[in-house]
Amino acid sequence: MTEENHNVTSKAHAPVGEEDLGGTGRTAKLKIFRGDAEGGEEVEYETPLVEGMVVLDAVLRIQAHQANDLAVRWNCKAAHCGSCSAEINGVPRLMCKTRIEEYGDEEIHVGPMRAFPVIKDLVSDVSWNYEVSKGITPFTTSEKAPFTMYEEDVERLYEPKKCIECFMCQDVCHVLRTHHKHAEFAGPRFFVRNQWLEMHPMDEADRLHDLKEDNGIGYCNITKCCTEVCPVGIHITDNSIIPLKERVAAEYYDPAKWLMRKIRGRRNGSRNGSRNGG
Amino acid sequence: MEGNEHLRRARENYETREHDVLVIGAGGAGLRAAISAADRGLSVGVVTKSLLGKAHTVMAEGGIAAAIGNVDPDDSWQQHFIDTLNSGKFLNNWRKAEIYTKEAPAGVYELEQWGALFNRTEVGKIHQRPFGGHTYRRLAHIGDRTGLEMIRTLQEKTLATDAKVYMETTVTRLFKDAQGRIAGALAYTRENGKFIHFKAKAVVMATGGWGRIYKVTSNSWEGTGDGCILAYDAGAELVDMEMVQFHPTGMVWPPGARGILVTEGVRGEGGVLRNASGERFMEKYDPDRMELSTRDVVARANYTEVQEGRGTPHGGVYLDITHLGYNEIMKRLPTMHEQFLKLADVDIAREPMEVFPTVHYNMGGIKVEPETCATHVPGLFAAGEVAGGLHGANRLGGNSLGDLLVFGRRAGDGAADYIEQSTHSAQTGEEEILTEIGRVLEPLEKPASDKDESPYLLQEELQEAMMEHANLMRDGDSLKEGLGKILAIKDRLPNIKVGGTRLFNPGWHAAQDVRYLTQISEIIIRCALERKERRGAQWRLDYDGPDEELGKINFVVKRNEQGEVGIEKREIPPMPEHLAALFKEEKAKV
Repeated sequence: MTEENHNVTSKAHAPVGEEDLGGTGRTAKLKIFRGDAEGGEEVEYETPLVEGMVVLDAVLRIQAHQANDLAVRWNCKAAHCGSCSAEINGVPRLMCKTRIEEYGDEEIHVGPMRAFPVIKDLVSDVSWNYEVSKGITPFTTSEKAPFTMYEEDVERLYEPKKCIECFMCQDVCHVLRTHHKHAEFAGPRFFVRNQWLEMHPMDEADRLHDLKEDNGIGYCNITKCCTEVCPVGIHITDNSIIPLKERVAAEYYDPAKWLMRKIRGRRNGSRNGSRNGG
Repeated sequence: MEGNEHLRRARENYETREHDVLVIGAGGAGLRAAISAADRGLSVGVVTKSLLGKAHTVMAEGGIAAAIGNVDPDDSWQQHFIDTLNSGKFLNNWRKAEIYTKEAPAGVYELEQWGALFNRTEVGKIHQRPFGGHTYRRLAHIGDRTGLEMIRTLQEKTLATDAKVYMETTVTRLFKDAQGRIAGALAYTRENGKFIHFKAKAVVMATGGWGRIYKVTSNSWEGTGDGCILAYDAGAELVDMEMVQFHPTGMVWPPGARGILVTEGVRGEGGVLRNASGERFMEKYDPDRMELSTRDVVARANYTEVQEGRGTPHGGVYLDITHLGYNEIMKRLPTMHEQFLKLADVDIAREPMEVFPTVHYNMGGIKVEPETCATHVPGLFAAGEVAGGLHGANRLGGNSLGDLLVFGRRAGDGAADYIEQSTHSAQTGEEEILTEIGRVLEPLEKPASDKDESPYLLQEELQEAMMEHANLMRDGDSLKEGLGKILAIKDRLPNIKVGGTRLFNPGWHAAQDVRYLTQISEIIIRCALERKERRGAQWRLDYDGPDEELGKINFVVKRNEQGEVGIEKREIPPMPEHLAALFKEEKAKV
């Protein structure tokens, strides 16, 4: 489809397009998935290529001028919010950060994240992630802010705190994508969250039982797919998942601790009773 | 006839949900309000057009301005108050500014209490960075992604309450009962276009700003001013609507990145502005404060340099932070480094950025009572960017994130107090609900005609008009021409027609937004025509300077009986002695 071929009635009001600045005289061709939960197909669109254009620019231009009902999520357009996750040539990417020219002469295929149910076009239903998030014991402390914490106490937390919840790590994780363990497995994003909570110097909750039982951390077999797609460079496997796995192993698979638990019951008697509090 | 037609089409099932307090918007202010109201044991619904955690708050980079005095112990709420009013050119609601500067430190500590992390000083306290117009180093921050830390903390706190969050849901109208009190709202889900009638006696409006009325903007698609116009339609007053903040530094290249924010933190960390000939031009505009002058001054300086032919190849000025070196940049401004590298192929550790003003923030908004954030409509509260008054004619950087915390909390408490004192129940007639459903469906369901207009193209046309006629330099003739264009667009709104179905249809969603954008643009231009002077963000080229008389008034907007924009000059009440004295002492020091 080209811009002469509007699929929605609209009078041309000669909008001043971006191509006035940085126009290249060339066009970008994108094959975009159009469809819904029932299925669909790729439709090819062509739009003027502007210097430095990212996939999201092209998709929004197509939406405004050729396919008004093309469903796509986006917000900040600057890789801060994690809304515009999609699969580009099969790989989850932020559309706002993916330059068209990166693909050279290669065809560009854009589709929704497939580890979640597709709603329409480039939008899938990621609400499951928020349910998982709700189940994680929030930050819990008996200390009163302002805290005294030194840079060296908290510098390990800066990395997991960078997460923008694009859910691309969830999308690429084979435990979710291939094995559909959504009911038993929290996914990489929420190990990242658990990591900073567990490492925060002031936090007093114990999430190891939940990590093992509810969040299913044992399912992860550290293929590092999540780390590879993280748009903010969190070393999810090495810095979040492996340290948590080690702590769970030390707590539950250390014979001496196992015996202590048998004798005394769980540490602190209960699980802090803080799951929904905080 | 037309009413019957609406009703006929609208005969369909809609869902009804009841809450004590309905919070519209899930940015910092909305979530903070929801937490307050939920803590009081009330039933709270939070409606957001996007997914949770994606609100524009996430884009805030620099930090939260609060006189904690960790880095500069001489800082005080009094000095913060003086800075805020000086920057706002005394149009600020002084009581709001007093509450804000006194309570912002508690807001920061509260975030830390809930798990937010800030950069630390050597003695283990929250670090504070310098920012334009602040006398002392005052912004609590985490690198250059403070907004992300704030939204995530508030999001996780909200999920730990009993508040019910309605993601990707759009409110289209507020309902009032026969006594004029808030009774609820109509909304639809973006996913499948199903309607929800919310019954609620109190509504907290926290929908943010309306930067999308301009083409070059740092705002996301969401910033269409819904809440401002929903409140205006319900009879609320608006204040200072002519005051639009242009952030001095937005990206200019590549074209797709035009307008994306470059944090003031860059200048806070010592970034230097130069024109194409290498001149550090801020010496001409504000030799005392240089790059750390207030945003209105720096934005005009950048604009003027380019207008007068001293701009860079892509029509901006240079912003240089290379002196910090790679390691320090990665520590203090990592997001900026990534943003320029990925989007513009510029390594800011080695070469300067090109920047130009971009629409950023609206100082004006819904007029509220400072203590409770109550509007003049019983049951309607407002906080955050959608509310006006705190910032006057120009907002200081860092005063927005703090605003969300301080007045988000007060709005939630205000709504909770109102609920606890009320004895009535929320009532809306079915006909009113069905009529509204019919109105919302109109662009989708009406038959095609040769008059049909695309909501996207109408929005582009409006953005062009606002860029041309209501930019950061304004004059009467051009404003009048702009008003003509906006009113012509308003006349064409009924022609909007969209294709497709109700299933996640952004074209249909855009059709709702254009109405808000058009109404707000009209109000901004009308107020800008009234304020015949140069003050803060309002800079009339056809007047020489500030006007003493206009410095004593706010323009207050209310929909009049004919449904048109009514503008009233309202005198700013005199400051009480304990606040006025601060400025006398300040003068005495000089």
